[in-house]
Amino acid sequence: MPRTARDVVFVDGVRTPFGKAGPKGLYAETRADDMIVSVIRELLRRNPALPPERIGEVAVAATTQTGDQGLTIGRSAAILAGLPKSVPGYAIDRMCAGAMTAVTTTAGSIALGATDVAVAGGVEHMGHHPMGSGVDPNPRFVAERLVDPSALSMGATAENLHDRFPAITRARADAYALASQRKVAAAYAAGQIQPDLVPVAIRSAEAGYTGSMGWGLATADEPPRPDTTIEALAGLKTPFRPHGRVTAGNSAGLNDGATGCVIAAQDVAAELGLDARMRLIDFSFAGVDPEVMGIGPVPATEAVLARNDLTIDDIGLIEVNEAFAVQVLAFLDHFKIADDDPRVNPWGGAIALGHPLASSGVRLMIQLAREFAERPAVRYGLTTMCVGLGMGGTVLWENLHA
Amino acid sequence: MLENLPDRSDHGLDESVITSLFPEEVVTRALVRDVELPDGAGTMALITLDNGFDHTRPSTFGPAGLISLRDALDTVAGRTTPEAGEQRVVAVGVTGKPFIFAVGADLTGAALIRSRDEALTIARLGHSVFRRFGELSIPSFAFVNGAALGGGLELALHCSYRTISSGVPAVAFPECFLGLLPGWGGTYLLPHLIGPAKALKLIVENPLSQNRMLRGPDAFSLGIADAMFEPADFLAESLRWAARVLTGSETVTRVSPDEEWDSAVGGARFFADGKLHGAAPAVYRAIDLVAAARGRTRDEGFAAEDEGLADLLLSDELHAGLYAFDLTQKRARKAAGAPDKSLARPVTKVGVVGAGLMAAQIALLFARRLEVPVVLTDLDQARLDAGVGHVKAEIAKLASRGRISADAAARLTGLVSGSLTKDAFADADFVIEAVFEETSVKQQVFAEVEEVVRPDCVLATNTSSLSVTEMAAGLAHPERVVGFHFFNPVAMMPLVEVVRAARTDHPTLATALAVGKGLKKDCVLVKDSPAFVVNRLLTRFLGEVIASVDEGTGFEVAEHAPDPLGLPVTPFLLLQLVGPAVALHVAETLHAAYPDRFAVSPKLRALVEAGKTAVYGPDSEVDESVAAILAGGDRPSSAEQVRERALEALAEEIRLMLDEGVVSAPEDIDLCMILGAGWPFHLGGITPYLDHTGIAEKVTGTRFRL
Repeated sequence: MPRTARDVVFVDGVRTPFGKAGPKGLYAETRADDMIVSVIRELLRRNPALPPERIGEVAVAATTQTGDQGLTIGRSAAILAGLPKSVPGYAIDRMCAGAMTAVTTTAGSIALGATDVAVAGGVEHMGHHPMGSGVDPNPRFVAERLVDPSALSMGATAENLHDRFPAITRARADAYALASQRKVAAAYAAGQIQPDLVPVAIRSAEAGYTGSMGWGLATADEPPRPDTTIEALAGLKTPFRPHGRVTAGNSAGLNDGATGCVIAAQDVAAELGLDARMRLIDFSFAGVDPEVMGIGPVPATEAVLARNDLTIDDIGLIEVNEAFAVQVLAFLDHFKIADDDPRVNPWGGAIALGHPLASSGVRLMIQLAREFAERPAVRYGLTTMCVGLGMGGTVLWENLHA
Repeated sequence: MLENLPDRSDHGLDESVITSLFPEEVVTRALVRDVELPDGAGTMALITLDNGFDHTRPSTFGPAGLISLRDALDTVAGRTTPEAGEQRVVAVGVTGKPFIFAVGADLTGAALIRSRDEALTIARLGHSVFRRFGELSIPSFAFVNGAALGGGLELALHCSYRTISSGVPAVAFPECFLGLLPGWGGTYLLPHLIGPAKALKLIVENPLSQNRMLRGPDAFSLGIADAMFEPADFLAESLRWAARVLTGSETVTRVSPDEEWDSAVGGARFFADGKLHGAAPAVYRAIDLVAAARGRTRDEGFAAEDEGLADLLLSDELHAGLYAFDLTQKRARKAAGAPDKSLARPVTKVGVVGAGLMAAQIALLFARRLEVPVVLTDLDQARLDAGVGHVKAEIAKLASRGRISADAAARLTGLVSGSLTKDAFADADFVIEAVFEETSVKQQVFAEVEEVVRPDCVLATNTSSLSVTEMAAGLAHPERVVGFHFFNPVAMMPLVEVVRAARTDHPTLATALAVGKGLKKDCVLVKDSPAFVVNRLLTRFLGEVIASVDEGTGFEVAEHAPDPLGLPVTPFLLLQLVGPAVALHVAETLHAAYPDRFAVSPKLRALVEAGKTAVYGPDSEVDESVAAILAGGDRPSSAEQVRERALEALAEEIRLMLDEGVVSAPEDIDLCMILGAGWPFHLGGITPYLDHTGIAEKVTGTRFRL
């Protein structure tokens, strides 16, 4: 039976403030599933026109799917959020691109006509689930030289990228990182970040009973360092390689956070009276050598552009995940975009805001959707990110405010 | 900046004296954390009440906890004005650790108070700390995230605003249930907030109705909270709501409280009289305080509460209430003298001999609670069908009322079956008989059952007065016979007397106790002796009252002689509930065992012989023909004499029972009377009352509890 794909739109996105992973972080004593539940409930509150029973799927990404991120988190979060039990859900994983994949996967299902509306998002509590915890890499990876031994250390892959592109120096990376911090500070000052944050009740009880502080409220991102300087960045250690280039300052930190968005068929959004903010035109995931996983966004973006007869010049806004400054700069150099091009991460990125692995993809979309609204003259935008084990993902969006 | 700092001279507080009263206090700390409110509403000082344990040990207020809260408020009070600069707070909030807001005063501490001065000091300390939540220059918010009982609820009431979680399982003032009153602001603030009628429902009616508690939505609809949020993100949503209230984008509207003070107070008095007949001073004191709250200022209202608390904290009724509460919370959970519970054998199928009303009630309970197959047997097909049909109809009723799901109903219905022969018991682990109360009948039943069951199948009897040892006498395995005595109605009454017969072995006892626990009943272990505990004491008590009628005391005098005790039912109403025939049967059994103490009343016998099943008619008036049977006699007593005689008889009987080893301690007697007869907390069951009135000493030469 011949049929037509349906247009898919991004309706609304929300995230928790991001926290620093670790025993002193905002969310040290907050469950990961409670964080994604806060996001889902806020999406429903903000979109009263969306009847909960019309949600056809809840796709939640997490890189580590055990403990408070286990139990098929998309389904368990749906139940915990109070969605009707008729709403199904699943867990999904593509490491850093988990939430992005939750969006593209549900979008595919919507385009096919199998789903009308979906909630897609991600959560990563890197304090509870440190990167790589519980994994058991197959010895064949090394024995058969399937990947370079450095491929499983993300910092090492970033150093590898510096090797491949000598023009990307530590100084450029630090300068880029400083700019990211400055842009985030400016966006906060302008109130551009806050509207999509859901406050989360946090509790500090276990940090020694007498030292506990009881309940509090997370209302802003914890990782940004607005006061950092180029000198301070230059003085940081390079933990992945002696005399290397990658530092804690020019890469994203280890973070806790959750994101979610409502994705719908365009006609269903119209029927329900949901305010569609951008249209998903196409997406691509590409594989690259795992030891230079940071280059992943390049082939993914090239594929999307080619398939849609676009060039990078047609793209008015780019939200690129800043796992490492070097990986963003490699992307920019490939497309001959200046380091400080105002189209790129205009409100800053993960170096300042944090990168709770599987949740970041939807943060890029949340910011792009807001930026689209401020720049109705822009027609196309990209969200793109590199992915561990050598992948990149890119989603092409059309501004519906135009 | 120093505004709001408390004047501590007002109650002459000496902290060291107060905290030394209670060295073992589990201190609930007031943890303060600054919270940046959304919408630019400013900074709130959020206080978390946390005793450092999980929800199984709820936060309570003792002296050190109150002082911690006061210290927290001191720091907040210094930050309320613009001079505080960046440290300025625009509001104070208070919430609890997960699942618990706060459950009131620490009862362990309450029992340690020895002088009126100490009591008054504690009362005033609570007021002096709590009332500041309502008297700061900035608004205060209570975020009731979990159970809020007594002082916890009062703390919330002192705040300017309240939110409540729809998941809160318990909001209540249980004070009157125990013999206290909500005297840290409750009797003053609640009627002014929601009106006297609703307030008295919480303060008086609910505690006197099996200590009923409200859920979050009930409390919200009564107007106790200004907003309700779901538990998933309760605190975050409450804080956002508070921010909107502070910025003015949310307006709090409250329903105006009902103003029918006279009728509300009158209604509460009528209700209390119906339950207590003036017994238990706390309830009446609480009603008086609510009545007077109408015209009082806060200072006057709180001062009157202080006096009320000081009087009640030292009362015999409170001490009895705390004792009774402790029994039901602790001793009831683990029967004294129980064998090692690891000896218990699994029970995967249950047999019930008999298909009468009692048997059907028992079968339903086993099926519901143990969720194992239950087979009823009867020799008569029609009776069997009726019995099984009754169980299935009850299951259907539970489903139609929404108490259980359709799936659960189908499961239960499938578990219950009937059989004309006892082979159906072959693979049962526990068989209980509920047939006619006649030793020879029961012996025969057990003999038949023993032919088909495994040697380790427990044989239990629901007899209310017969000798379990005699029933087991002819069996090959008498060691597996145990008494398992329910009270009527089986589903409602929490007590099971587990009767140890002469040869009952430990695995059998352990299995019976484990089954009792599985049925969610409280078990008391008793020695095989005529009528065990509850029926023996009720029969003795009732026997004295009826004897006075036999002698010529007027029915009304005798019937209301025990009123000042505040027992749940009057003697002849109890007789009617038990059934005159059953009561006579138990009396005869006890008379046979103890002829000098248990008489068989000629008038009771006449009543039974006349076929009377009730004393009162449907119009609640005494049946005239019954009145005629009860009339006559030439040695009338006064009500006081009847009461004294009945109480003295109880004291004598209890002493004898303890000497005989029927139970291991007076605590078990009290537990049985509370759980099996519904005797009130303010009597402590009964032995605390017999002790503090001097009756125990007068009759037996010593107190039951030293």
